[in-house]
Amino acid sequence: MFRRKSRGDAIFDIANHALLFLMVLVVLYPLYFSFIASFSNPQAIYQGRVIFLPADITFSGYQKIFSNDSIWRSYGNSILYTAVGTCFNLIFTIPLAFALSRKELPLCGLYMKLATFTMYFYGGIIPLYFVVKNLKLLDSMWALIWPTVIATYNMIIARSFFLGNIPEDLKEAAFLDGCGYIRFFFSIALPLSKSLIAVMALFYGARHWNGYFEALIYMNSETKFPLQLILRTILIDSQASLAMTEDATTVADKQQLVDLLKYGCVIVSSVPMLIVYPFVQKHFVKGVMIGAVKG
Amino acid sequence: MSGPGQTRAARRRDFWKRFHQTKALYLFIIPGILFYAIFKYYPIYGSQIAFRDYSPYLGFWNSEWVGLANFQRFFSSPDFLKIIQNTLVINLTALVIGFPFPILLALMLNQVTNQRFKKTVQTITYAPYFISTVVMVGMLYTMLSPYSGVINVIIKKLGGEAVFFMGNKSMYVPIYVLSGVWQTSGWSAVVYIAALSGVSEELHEAATVDGAGRLRRIWHIDLPGITPTIVTMLILTAGQMLSIGFEKSNLMQNAINIDVAEVISTYTYKRGLINGDFSYASAVELFQSAINFGILVAVNKLSQKLNETSLW
Repeated sequence: MFRRKSRGDAIFDIANHALLFLMVLVVLYPLYFSFIASFSNPQAIYQGRVIFLPADITFSGYQKIFSNDSIWRSYGNSILYTAVGTCFNLIFTIPLAFALSRKELPLCGLYMKLATFTMYFYGGIIPLYFVVKNLKLLDSMWALIWPTVIATYNMIIARSFFLGNIPEDLKEAAFLDGCGYIRFFFSIALPLSKSLIAVMALFYGARHWNGYFEALIYMNSETKFPLQLILRTILIDSQASLAMTEDATTVADKQQLVDLLKYGCVIVSSVPMLIVYPFVQKHFVKGVMIGAVKG
Repeated sequence: MSGPGQTRAARRRDFWKRFHQTKALYLFIIPGILFYAIFKYYPIYGSQIAFRDYSPYLGFWNSEWVGLANFQRFFSSPDFLKIIQNTLVINLTALVIGFPFPILLALMLNQVTNQRFKKTVQTITYAPYFISTVVMVGMLYTMLSPYSGVINVIIKKLGGEAVFFMGNKSMYVPIYVLSGVWQTSGWSAVVYIAALSGVSEELHEAATVDGAGRLRRIWHIDLPGITPTIVTMLILTAGQMLSIGFEKSNLMQNAINIDVAEVISTYTYKRGLINGDFSYASAVELFQSAINFGILVAVNKLSQKLNETSLW
């Protein structure tokens, strides 16, 4: 269908597109700048020569990062915690959400109410810390996994997905063929839920990869720290990052190396998310929208 | 079938029949029940430490019961007003500036007919949500640095004076809120975009035939169409009025801005987990949770009366 636009609508269209384009630039620029700054000579940055393009290319920041043991160790830790943690998240969240999406389940409403209540009222970090301590989970990977193994918000999204995507007829047909709930879940519901699984894995994975609070309170040994906790000292605490550059001779040299190091860390730590994100985001519409409408 | 005419015994028989039919599902539910019991409800029960005077010798459950003493200690401490004020200033600023932004973004995106452009903008604007808080605050520190930060380099190029953004108390709240807008607007817009996809196409066509322009249709059709979603999000935001996440505040705090930057989550961390004053910290947290929950219930009730939108 072809409809002539009024002049007002045409102006609106142009302004709308321009504004959206501007927003995209505002979102992208800090990331783009960190990227080009990570291999530009800091001197060139101070002189204002690195605004749109890199200048005086140097890789000394990356060299410093790649030769730093604690960054690599924590990188490995984070990959391990994220992989194991996300698997447990999925194993605990998705079957539960499926079961709670079955309206014929007795007390289903009560279970949902009890779960939702914990989103709005929580005992606080102090009693939770004691629970983790008494379970002898302190300073172990499991302290980062068990207390957050189900995020209620994600569970509710998953449940809405099952409510909206698994037709009742399908269940009845399957049950007539002698399917039970377990088989129905594994061989029919789960294969229909690839988008949901992808999105849940991204949500949970991002939480494990990006968070540091749990590690800060539960972990003591530096060898077990995840990446974000190490980054926290490098990016935020200037004294710590200055200490990493003891081979630079002057204070100015040190400061420059610190800057390079910081921009490099931003890039290096974001690589896994940047790799995973484009693959998963195409599932967003199917996986999240359905859950999002209902809140 | 359960109906109002059934006797109690029949209902009970029906319940057990359904229970028997669905018992396989309990394989899926029991791990969840255990999780909520151990990591959600047991800590709620354990928050009674707020009414005790925790002593490591007597243990968590045997410490002396002191009633509201810890709460009184908090209310009469000079920290109390400061922290509440800081929290409210940050959250109200975020509400005024940050809350409308995703709605605006969603309404604008909804007007784009080119699907590829729409998808690209959406993908890019919600990407920052997946950047860690550490990296985001790290970028703030480097890019806003008075000497080497690109923002100040540009300011100096334009003939201005360098500004020490992160070392300026009055800049703390704007930086906190705006960086939050940068990080979460695209993400929060998803809910509204989903709601907008449910707004009736016919209404739009009818309005177009009547000669209504884009802005008028947004105002009279799209906005009312997503009002229930907006109200729901508003209720949820109100229910978090006393909460401010630990991670970002902890990273942005320094000796200069601590007066305006200290919030409940960072305060309880310091008082409780660092200094070991567990009962006091727990009282502060319980106060926060109770107030949040109270606001949530009250706002939800109000909304139910005013426009029939409610969480439950």
